[in-house]
Amino acid sequence: MSVTDWTRATAAQMADALAAGEVTSVELVQAHLDRIAAVDGLDTPSAVHAFLHIDAEGALETARAVDADRAAGVELPRLAGVPIGIKDVLVTQGLPTTAGSRILEGWIPPYDATVTRRVREARMPILGKTNMDEFAMGSSTEHSGYGPTHNPWDLERIPGGSGGGSAAALAAFEAPLTIGSDTGGSIRQPASVTATVGVKPTYGGVSRYGAIALASSLDQLGPCGRTVLDTALLHEVMGGHDVMDATSLDEPVPPVVDAALEGARMDLTGVRVGVVRELSGAEGGFQDGVKQRFEESLERLRGMGAEVVEVSCPSFEYALAAYYVILPSEASSNLAKFDSVRFGIRVEGATIERTMAATRAAGFGDEVKRRIILGTYALSAGYYDAYYGSAQKVRTLVQRDFDAAFAQCDVLVSPTTPTTPFKLGERIDDPLAMYLNDIATIPANLAGIPGMSLPAGLAPEDGLPVGFQILAPAREDARLYRIGAALEASLAAEWGGPLSAQAPELEVGK
Amino acid sequence: MSTLDRSDVARLAALARIDMTDADLDRLSGQLDVILDAVAKVAEVAGEDVPATSHPIPMANVHREDVVRPSLAQEAALSGAPDAQDGRFRVPQILGEEA
Repeated sequence: MSVTDWTRATAAQMADALAAGEVTSVELVQAHLDRIAAVDGLDTPSAVHAFLHIDAEGALETARAVDADRAAGVELPRLAGVPIGIKDVLVTQGLPTTAGSRILEGWIPPYDATVTRRVREARMPILGKTNMDEFAMGSSTEHSGYGPTHNPWDLERIPGGSGGGSAAALAAFEAPLTIGSDTGGSIRQPASVTATVGVKPTYGGVSRYGAIALASSLDQLGPCGRTVLDTALLHEVMGGHDVMDATSLDEPVPPVVDAALEGARMDLTGVRVGVVRELSGAEGGFQDGVKQRFEESLERLRGMGAEVVEVSCPSFEYALAAYYVILPSEASSNLAKFDSVRFGIRVEGATIERTMAATRAAGFGDEVKRRIILGTYALSAGYYDAYYGSAQKVRTLVQRDFDAAFAQCDVLVSPTTPTTPFKLGERIDDPLAMYLNDIATIPANLAGIPGMSLPAGLAPEDGLPVGFQILAPAREDARLYRIGAALEASLAAEWGGPLSAQAPELEVGK
Repeated sequence: MSTLDRSDVARLAALARIDMTDADLDRLSGQLDVILDAVAKVAEVAGEDVPATSHPIPMANVHREDVVRPSLAQEAALSGAPDAQDGRFRVPQILGEEA
């Protein structure tokens, strides 16, 4: 293939061109490093700030080794030589890892997360670490301890969160693939507001060893890309059983690449698609353009042979409340490890207790403090049953609703987020308004089922991206890719290419 | 359910080992009360007959063979510590003035 700007290619195209000898990995990595230098830094006109750390030399070194092996005829993995960005929630040996928190500023992990190791074994050059809300608590990256990421579609708007850096890096053509983590929507909501693709796999489908934990009964790592096929290729690199994570499923990775290829043939005959009444905006609170693009996407699915039915999940009304009990509770426990002793910063006090309290006051941001206090309260004697115990019961009810819905259809769908991206600063002082971003994504985390967001178009009223969410039963991740690839192909045929190509040109620095 | 006032937040912050200024307490106690009010509705549908779900995918105990595997070297484990000495994490005094 003849390409003038490799940053615009898909990961699959890059892999094919590498295999065909049409480009080298060093050229691909350098093109992306140049793009990052032009648009990402705070000293550039666009200042996307998707990355917290760039590892140019490490990425080029991997690229040179891949190119040498390829020239020598060594058999290589499919994505060998294709660059990637990794969310700063994953530990990377020798590369700074902060999870977006000042409390870990300057920390260099002494080991690799399992997913980091798998990326290295896939011979993918790691461009750097992507920005995120502190410890993944947020929906806008405004809670990052290192300043927010800006949405490439409109630099004054949020890129979503917590994985806003991973999503913005894709939308700004700074990387073809990135890794995210999704506790309540942190992969899917950023994908929605940046017109990219993101998947939260089935709970346990991807090892979490070396992922800095937020809420352990909800967290799941997943792939992010600009196309459904690219996302599937990365899913197969990341997924699979790991003895280092006791919650990892001892099962084969679902055949997501085959499913994406099958879906691209645009035949959905016999597929039953359920529209979740409680998540479809029927009861208000959803932007008109979001509802319009969602309805049009449903029409496309029907046009490809799918049957669309309405289902009701009445317990979802309580999902957001249950989530904001379970998450702070588990986070307050997980974040107790930041004690000024083993890693991160230390603010000296007279005793170790004073030192811990001073360190945590200085190192944690407001949102993290809010959630730790809330979780400490919800888990305290006398309140445990009313809050955490009740929330766990709501979880059962949400799972029952999903079971009943999936008895009637193969996948469930909804808009990913109720609105297009809002302006930076607009909701920063109103935690509850911020939490509402995740109303449609949270139920999947409570139930452990897989979910995908992919672009559904731009809202007519503001020209900003709208995301389409697909949910499948546990272990049926492949269904997301089949339906998603079909919708993507149908939309691309109308647009003459992926929606990401319509993003406004960013002003570049020298 | 109950509400959270300023003194509650101060007590919880002490339990969670986070120093808070007066301004922190003022700001957080108002926000936390609003959030708590919103999440209290979980109790509305949590009937006696509904079992709790702690883990989304049911799993039995997970075991592995009892064999030695490589782990972090002592030097690597200490590499990120703010302070270390003689192969150990070094911390300020652990007993307070009242001890």
